[in-house]
Amino acid sequence: MIVTLEVNGETRTVEVAGWESLLWALRERLGLPGSKPACEQGECGSCSVLLDGELVCSCLVMTSDAEGASVTTVEGLSGPGGEGLSEVQRALIDHGAVQCGFCTPGLVVAIAHLVDHATDPSEADIREALSGNLCRCTGYGSVLRAVQSLTGGDTA
Amino acid sequence: MSTVTGVDRRLAGGVGTSVRRPDGVPKVTGRFEFVGDLRADGMLWAATRRADVARGRLARLDLAPALAIRGVAAVLTQDDVPGHRFQGQHVTDQPVLCDGDIRHVGEPIAVVAADDPETARRAAAAITVEIEPEEPLVDLEVALERGEVFRHVRVRRGEPDRHGEVVVEGVYTTAFQDQAPLGTEAGLAVPDGDGGVDIWGPTQWSHVDHRQIVACLGLADEQVRVHPVGLGGAFGAREDLSLQTHIAMLALTTGRPVKIVYDRTESFVGHVKRHAARMRYRHEADRDGRLVRVEARVLLDAGAYETTSAAVVANATFFTVGPYRCDTVVADGYALRTNHYPAGAMRGFGANQVAIAAEAQMDRLATELGLDPVELRLRNALAPGDPMATTGQVIDYPLPVSDVLRSVAALPLPDPPVTGDPRLLPGGTGLTTTPDQVVRGVGYALGFKNLQFSEGFDDFAEARVELTPAGAVAHTAGIECGQGMVTVIQQVVRSVLGMDNVEVAFDHTGQIGSAGSTSASRQTQMAGNAVLQAAEALRQRVLLSTGGDELRDDGVYRDGVRVATLAEVCANGPVAEWVHYQHPATEPPDDNGQGRVHVDFCVAAHRAVVDVDRDLGMVRVVAVDTAQDVGRAINPQQLVGQIEGGIAQGLGYAIMEEVVVEDGCILNPSFTDYLLPTALDVGSVEAIMVEEPSPWGPFGAKGMAELPTVASAPAIAAAIRAATGRPLTRMPIRPQDIVDL
Repeated sequence: MIVTLEVNGETRTVEVAGWESLLWALRERLGLPGSKPACEQGECGSCSVLLDGELVCSCLVMTSDAEGASVTTVEGLSGPGGEGLSEVQRALIDHGAVQCGFCTPGLVVAIAHLVDHATDPSEADIREALSGNLCRCTGYGSVLRAVQSLTGGDTA
Repeated sequence: MSTVTGVDRRLAGGVGTSVRRPDGVPKVTGRFEFVGDLRADGMLWAATRRADVARGRLARLDLAPALAIRGVAAVLTQDDVPGHRFQGQHVTDQPVLCDGDIRHVGEPIAVVAADDPETARRAAAAITVEIEPEEPLVDLEVALERGEVFRHVRVRRGEPDRHGEVVVEGVYTTAFQDQAPLGTEAGLAVPDGDGGVDIWGPTQWSHVDHRQIVACLGLADEQVRVHPVGLGGAFGAREDLSLQTHIAMLALTTGRPVKIVYDRTESFVGHVKRHAARMRYRHEADRDGRLVRVEARVLLDAGAYETTSAAVVANATFFTVGPYRCDTVVADGYALRTNHYPAGAMRGFGANQVAIAAEAQMDRLATELGLDPVELRLRNALAPGDPMATTGQVIDYPLPVSDVLRSVAALPLPDPPVTGDPRLLPGGTGLTTTPDQVVRGVGYALGFKNLQFSEGFDDFAEARVELTPAGAVAHTAGIECGQGMVTVIQQVVRSVLGMDNVEVAFDHTGQIGSAGSTSASRQTQMAGNAVLQAAEALRQRVLLSTGGDELRDDGVYRDGVRVATLAEVCANGPVAEWVHYQHPATEPPDDNGQGRVHVDFCVAAHRAVVDVDRDLGMVRVVAVDTAQDVGRAINPQQLVGQIEGGIAQGLGYAIMEEVVVEDGCILNPSFTDYLLPTALDVGSVEAIMVEEPSPWGPFGAKGMAELPTVASAPAIAAAIRAATGRPLTRMPIRPQDIVDL
């Protein structure tokens, strides 16, 4: 089937089989491998994207259901004009929150969503907001500090 | 021993600074290439057909239904393996594809290559496989009775008749743990058109993969190149071959590139587990709490094939007492063959299971004696000059056991339980817990482990450091799997050369010799020392040839005046120095387990604070604080990252993570059912670095990244015991264990 959707601000038309998830279409059909497949059950958040502004696991969205939707992936979250790094990306690097990097694209999307939506989040708010993103390397401490550096919380 | 003179250690970006990872930018922008992201023109996709029982005979195998599917390019079985049909890191006992006997669930039977992944999966499923099931061997005591022993490690030290007045005994069990790296196994094999093949796949030691793959493919060494590539974590899961030989065979058969990506369920049968264990201990002490005698019998479930079990059981036996003095030790460790999925390497490598048991024993002893658990440990703390309790080897390098314990015990305790926010109660937003049922507990544990390979293994790392007009490049075959060796190498070379422009090149097997395994807390010291020595030789050579006294990014200087640009220095091509570094020697243990078995050790102390709902058995880990022996902190920020990440894996091991098995089959091969710690599950971490420089590590550094996992799990278990008063001898500790259902 043919699906038309907006990806990172561009209108894209893609031919997919009925079984193909949005994650699959992004990675294999649209040349956007930044979103990662780690569980493909909606447990790990490695494939997180924004779908019409909502944070979703792209592995749980059928591509056909994204017809007409606006999708933002990690590739669309760099600095202004797609150049350089966003403040979220910079904070993750500066706080040592990047190790193997497999969960990182999903975290970038989830943190960008958090920073855009939360006002003065507490540590528990941040932990809860990121509890859908599994990271096996960092133990989340550096991720928490990176987010707190953006939300003005305690970064000690 | 490594000594470096005339080095500016305050160089920005050098040793001791928290430099940023060079791969950070591609990783946060989604541009970093993981192995599952690789593509090649004209590539096929592969899929694996596996056994769904733990033991049986392959009665019938018919490939015709798969071959009849349009788009299928090849279906291969054990009959198609061109060379040696068995692989394995130490003993080649594992069939590349099923040899007629099914020995564990998930045993690969056939591999398919097809035009697209869905066709490959459909074809793999279409293969007719008939298995006559047999009764699997899944009980450790039965395996021991039947003599299904991969290795028995025996320790007899001290006076056989020596006994203590105070005795505590216990039996402890631990479950299989999965490394659960976020990246599943994936690979790409590309035929070179000349009979050879290039392979990108999961690895922690490309040269050992290469050796096995070459043998199985029946090719010459130079015909196969194993490439480093982004993995998505390792933690031991990449030490053994998984898909490499399969996709190489398919690529050579079809003449086309072949890609494979395991899904999470297949990944659970794509890599080894941490050994499940059954451990029986008897500790005897005098009235002052000094250990007099320790007896231990440690049974490790090694599963169907040997992989690294011989070394894991050596660790489990030699670290069975912990970092304590004890003159009489009777210990037997067995790695036993069962029909479980093979067990092998995972962060801590045999030291974790016995730390669970031995630290619980120390707490029992403290209770029996009416002593504080910290005080009891301090009275027995091993120190340089002491013989190790098991091997008897004298500790001759720094080992700050008392320091780490005192340091962590001196940290302030966290605030009392908060009652207002359900997210901060055990059970979280399930809103199950009433605050008056919450009890707090505090527990301590020490972790103790060897660094590098032991028992006389020929353990080395090669490295080459080159000077080019653009700067220096350090070459290694070590594997950057996220742990940060890329900056460690960069920082060491910067500090030696006095230059900022240093890059690290991770080479394939055809470009450089082995760096040894990226495991066993090795590479900071092994690759680190190799590049340190190569860089120092390079610096001396360049200074000598130019008459300079200082190397800078833009040339060689003498008395502050430039005497040569780097382009002039490299007029005849890059200037390079190559080093084959070997750590101080070890020896195999004698029949009683005695000898200089290990080169060096690392220690960490952890203090866990937990809140437990005593009605429902839910646990919230409030804090895990630690003091860690690091030798010297090369990159302090990365050390904290290793500590926090290691603690999260130890937390999982203590209360969440269990590969549940029944009749040899894995019941929970998904992230829905195999629970990993989330940001809400881990508590705060305060980490103290104890720097007592290693005399032989680069700039005094030690490997350290396994210890946080080794020590955190027993500390959390101790805290839950302190909160509940229950013995809790099974790991992971489940709610039903706490409420004693």
